[in-house]
Amino acid sequence: MVKVCMYFQVHQPYRMRKYNIFDVGNNQNYFDEKKNVEILKKISKKCYLPTNALLLKLLNKHEKFKVAFSFSGVFLEQLEQYEPKVLESFMSLVNTGKVELLSETYYHSLAYLYSKREFKEQVDMHRNKIRELFGVSPTVFRNTELIYNNDMAKYVENLGYKAILSEGADHILGWRSPNFVYRPIGCNKIKVLMKNYRLSDDIAFRFSDRKWKGWPLTAEKFAGWINNINGNGECVNLFMDYETFGEHQWKDTGIFEFLGRLPEEILKHPDNEFMMPLEIAKLNARDMIDVHEVLSWADIERDLSAWMGNRMQQSALKRLYELENDVKESGDLRLIENWRRLQTSDHFYYMCTKWFADGDVHKYFNPYDSPYDSFIAFVNIINDLVLRLKKLKENKWIKVKQRGAKVA
Amino acid sequence: MKVLMLGWEFPPYKSGGLGTACKDLTKGLSNNGVDVTFVMPHHSGVDDREFVRVIGTKGMKIKMGKQVGIKKVNTILTPYMTSKSYKDSHKKIYEIDKKEVSVEFDKNPNYDFIYGKDLFSEVHRYTKAVEELVRSEEFDIIHAHDWMTYKAGLVIRKVSGKPLVIHIHSTEYDRTADHPNQRIEEIERSGLENADHIIANSNFTKNNVLRHYGISPEKISVVHWGIEPEKSYCDDVKFKSPFEEKIVMFLGRITIQKGPDYFVEAANKVLLFYPKVKFVVVGTGDMMQRMIDRADELGILDKFVFTGFLKEEAVNKAFKMADIYVMPSVSEPFGLVALEALKNKTPIIISKQSGVSEVVKHALKVDFWDINEMTNKIVNLLEHKELYQELQENSYEEVKKFNLDEPAMKCKDVYEKILKTYKGDIK
Repeated sequence: MVKVCMYFQVHQPYRMRKYNIFDVGNNQNYFDEKKNVEILKKISKKCYLPTNALLLKLLNKHEKFKVAFSFSGVFLEQLEQYEPKVLESFMSLVNTGKVELLSETYYHSLAYLYSKREFKEQVDMHRNKIRELFGVSPTVFRNTELIYNNDMAKYVENLGYKAILSEGADHILGWRSPNFVYRPIGCNKIKVLMKNYRLSDDIAFRFSDRKWKGWPLTAEKFAGWINNINGNGECVNLFMDYETFGEHQWKDTGIFEFLGRLPEEILKHPDNEFMMPLEIAKLNARDMIDVHEVLSWADIERDLSAWMGNRMQQSALKRLYELENDVKESGDLRLIENWRRLQTSDHFYYMCTKWFADGDVHKYFNPYDSPYDSFIAFVNIINDLVLRLKKLKENKWIKVKQRGAKVA
Repeated sequence: MKVLMLGWEFPPYKSGGLGTACKDLTKGLSNNGVDVTFVMPHHSGVDDREFVRVIGTKGMKIKMGKQVGIKKVNTILTPYMTSKSYKDSHKKIYEIDKKEVSVEFDKNPNYDFIYGKDLFSEVHRYTKAVEELVRSEEFDIIHAHDWMTYKAGLVIRKVSGKPLVIHIHSTEYDRTADHPNQRIEEIERSGLENADHIIANSNFTKNNVLRHYGISPEKISVVHWGIEPEKSYCDDVKFKSPFEEKIVMFLGRITIQKGPDYFVEAANKVLLFYPKVKFVVVGTGDMMQRMIDRADELGILDKFVFTGFLKEEAVNKAFKMADIYVMPSVSEPFGLVALEALKNKTPIIISKQSGVSEVVKHALKVDFWDINEMTNKIVNLLEHKELYQELQENSYEEVKKFNLDEPAMKCKDVYEKILKTYKGDIK
């Protein structure tokens, strides 16, 4: 019996403008609305709308077909504002009752690593948003970019979640297979679902790679690989970015035909079925998973180096989170929102220098010419935030003084 | 395979990147089994110190492989000359010759001041001299560098029946910020049109050739420059700057092409944000006075240091002292000096209108006219150590990947391709 669990991540950041030193103190428009809308509309047309339509057809056609989504809060916000019909199409999917929604941080942030307080607030914000828009309350958690370790699993368990997602990295699993449910070490309720990165990446990254020996990948061939798991695994977790369909893999690669045929090919085998993450979490845990170092689903390193690997990234994050108390105490809602939008992990991803010389993956929808440019825009914005906070504080003092004068 | 190369004098007595480029290419070719006869313009006149700096050289001490033969042509031509700068040189040399040769200079019937009275007659004289010089040479292909050698290249092509490859390091449009001298433009055009193949030092240059001369793109190959990998200047010797302030450096000929005025305007704005900085200008050129005047007008002349022309070793020291090298060129066909900066571990801010920006990733890049963005980048780079260190280390690693073999091999490929298809002119 193989239970196939498909989860799609859907997220778009608020990309920053090329905010320069002359903007500091003069301009509080940090984000490039025009570019963000442009990108959102483009991806909606290429990916969200056609893939949603296809999934709706498949969910209606195959009673046993199920999927899960995780939406970032900033993505949903942008849909509400600029692409309401895409939001409606996601709602129709959820209304089939065969689509589970997961919890994450509202701002698709790295907050867990810097401030538990901020992390918790963003998780709550996200839950509220999901309830407000879709009328459901998630019980399975996925952290930004599948960032995971023992402490985080414990923390998330204490928030009441039944399961958490993680990367099925070789160095964690060792000889073990990702195709079972595990228990995070030190936890007794929550379970961990490990991504089968080989099969997931066959679709997400290799699908159109003509040099790959699996090419061309058909639904039938892929179903065959799933069937092979029978006897040495209970579930297979296929986790990927939703933009795989139509955006990372263009329409002419045949990705939609592949997805369209996948449910029936998988269901041809009588022992296979689809399950949502919460159902997978009901399977028995077969072993403990012990993750000290922080794990993620990014790059070959599967660690934090994509966001925190160099000094610019570390400094930018430190500067940002140092402002937390002042920002929150200011009570200035717009400033708080600006500060939070800056927490989105993509901003730090753009500063990554790791593969820059090879012009690699990090280029994708990166609004900057270089990691250095993105750092410069980011610190300029931080400097403006600091100025705003200073001004607010000064004004407060003036008010206090005036009040004091009146009392006297 | 034997190449007849019409090139330019080797450093350290150079007034730009062309000498270095010729030397490096010749070295790369000879390392890869190509014989080169190098025809080098050389002023064998009087050894006056002042001149030696700018023009002539004695005692070539560059080590080359056995396959390189050097033939000197007596001329006072140097790369990047304009009609005016030629006249200045001509006059100076004439004066010196007059002094040195004899008091009865004017009466001496044996003395002949051979150099042409203007740039074009000197190019013509050079062409004749080269033709004479290579008459007995044997070679398979001719390779000529920049417009002054094109005529000679074409003449030899005709006489010898061998194919001509011309190498374009900058177009007349680059050198004059789109105000070409008509006669130079014509010579350049004739070279580009009549050569069997063209090598451009960047896509930037290639595009300029396409745009201004309408040459078909298949006739042009792009070969980006390299730099000697073993010649890492950045030993740990620190050259201590005499200034407390951080140093932002401009280096190059101070001509309209190099964008010195944008440098001054950016400096003025940088000082609004970051007062503790000195702007060091290395080089000379016809816009130097204008640069000084403008800095004075802005009231920031005390923030500037003008070093004049520096020799190679001094340039490397200057780079080591500098915190940032800025290359705001309006039009920079390649920009080898940016790689020299990186070899000295000096991070660079370079114009997007440059060839080098096509090949270096770890650099800050700006449009030359975008003074605010230039300011933004200079200030942030001065202010943020984490940015500075990342850029410095990554670009130093990156420049190590450049070498001389790769461009030489690409040129060799071009020769082979041409020789395979070349049938000579159908008469």
